[in-house]
Amino acid sequence: MTNFLGDRPHSAASIKSPKAAVGKKFGDFSKFLSPDVLAPLAVGVLVLLIWEIGVWVTKTPPYILPGPSLVIKTLFTEWRTLFPSLMITLQVTIVAFVGAVVSGLAVAILFTQSKWIERSFFPYAVMLQTTPIAAIAPLIILWVRQVVDGDQATFVSLVICAWIVAFFPILSNTTLGLNSADHNLLNLFQLYHANRWQTLRYLRLPSALPYFLGGLRISGGLALIGAVVAEFVAGTGGTRSGIAYQILMASFNLQIPKMFAALLMTTVSGIAIFVILTWLSDYLLRHWHESAVKREN
Amino acid sequence: MSARTAFTLSDVSKVYSNGTIALQNLNLTVKEGEFVSLLGPSGCGKSTVLRLVAGLGEMNTGQLEWGDATRHNLAFVFQEAALMPWATVEDNVRLPLKLSGMRKPLVNQAIAESLALVDLQGFEKAYPRELSGGMKMRVSIARALVTHPDMLLMDEPFGALDEMTRSRLNSDLLQLWQRKRWTVVFVTHNIYEAVYLSNRVVVMAARPGRVVADIPIDAPYPRNEDFRTSPLFNDYCRQLSDCLARAAQTPAEHSPTRNPRYDVVDSIA
Repeated sequence: MTNFLGDRPHSAASIKSPKAAVGKKFGDFSKFLSPDVLAPLAVGVLVLLIWEIGVWVTKTPPYILPGPSLVIKTLFTEWRTLFPSLMITLQVTIVAFVGAVVSGLAVAILFTQSKWIERSFFPYAVMLQTTPIAAIAPLIILWVRQVVDGDQATFVSLVICAWIVAFFPILSNTTLGLNSADHNLLNLFQLYHANRWQTLRYLRLPSALPYFLGGLRISGGLALIGAVVAEFVAGTGGTRSGIAYQILMASFNLQIPKMFAALLMTTVSGIAIFVILTWLSDYLLRHWHESAVKREN
Repeated sequence: MSARTAFTLSDVSKVYSNGTIALQNLNLTVKEGEFVSLLGPSGCGKSTVLRLVAGLGEMNTGQLEWGDATRHNLAFVFQEAALMPWATVEDNVRLPLKLSGMRKPLVNQAIAESLALVDLQGFEKAYPRELSGGMKMRVSIARALVTHPDMLLMDEPFGALDEMTRSRLNSDLLQLWQRKRWTVVFVTHNIYEAVYLSNRVVVMAARPGRVVADIPIDAPYPRNEDFRTSPLFNDYCRQLSDCLARAAQTPAEHSPTRNPRYDVVDSIA
């Protein structure tokens, strides 16, 4: 029997080529010369130049607006105070983010197991999202102090604040993803008498992966913002003070270049988190999802 | 051909929650080893029949009886290939066996055999997005065959494919059917496809979904390309086409009470 050659490529090898192309990409530096990189870079350089020249020409004092070169210089001179603070903030961010990922995923799975659970609890999850974190941070700090002692209390309350901000995007995206499994595939699983666990493990979770990863990218940045905002509210000094405390202190003391340096560090950290999560997303989805697949047309 | 009954649907009605009458007083008997096509316009409930037989969804009235009182080993092929995009060809075909918990050494052999049946050796590690529409459908069929079913339920499996791919897959399916002798229930809206493949074509009409004719295709197998151009083939196509045209003109109110038995050609004039 056989006359089937018509709708298959001439050899199995021909479909291997896209993979080879993807592998090559990592050793290829020419992409850094592409317009995608050069255009925003040019804009950035131009803005910095105008800024620097503007500050120099108008003789604006550094406590109003420091030029970019002064900010970079300050970044180096103040590195020893700023960097440990940034590490504290990133610690809060990472713990809160991991907590949000684990709890968001777990609650989303719980929601998809029963419509009733979802109906009953989803509005409260929305409330977590819509309550301004700056407004409830003092309450959280107050409450945590009743339970936990000393330095740890600040850390725990900051983590809780950042978690509240980072939790919802993961929950809502993952819930959406778990519910968007292909209905034909759901029927197929039903037909083969798949149990709940198998349907979750082999169908719903993989279907939800792109949505979940989208949630991660939003939450990563939000966790950092949540941590910084909560630090502002907590306003705590001492040995374990975060980057927000440095920003706050610098602005009180009119050390504006230092404030800019600290801001720059925070922003760069946020970008780094986003880039890492984007890379993770592209890596996990490289074989199948439209967002990560390279096309040649 | 075996004369044993595979299944009988008697007096089946199905109303969807929005009030649409998908099926009304439908009777249908399919014999073992038979290749039956359900032919009709969209909305005539032909897919619904298939889903009821598969146990996906409940009927409002009527019943489904299996011929030898045991449920058959069914396999379902959807219009879309319905592959898991994150899994390789191999893993897609593996799915039914994984769900049933088959032992590993047997699994790999079953996958290899199934892929060989649809001529997809060498594509085990490919991802669905790397395949053409026709090849995706082959994977879908391989996945259906991997459990060694004795009944195939196919819901417009080649509806989304181009004409050339469709006719090639038709020939391949027919060759496989002659070897394996599954019972096949094949839903289609393509007259030529129905005539080319089937022992019997059951013509359905819409609003409400019902059977309007049941026409045996008396042409010997194997059917080759010559059959597609033969006068006999054309006669059957014309007959079915007339049937569909008449059913479309007939007011639906007439049919429910005097819906004919499945084996009687309705004489709506």
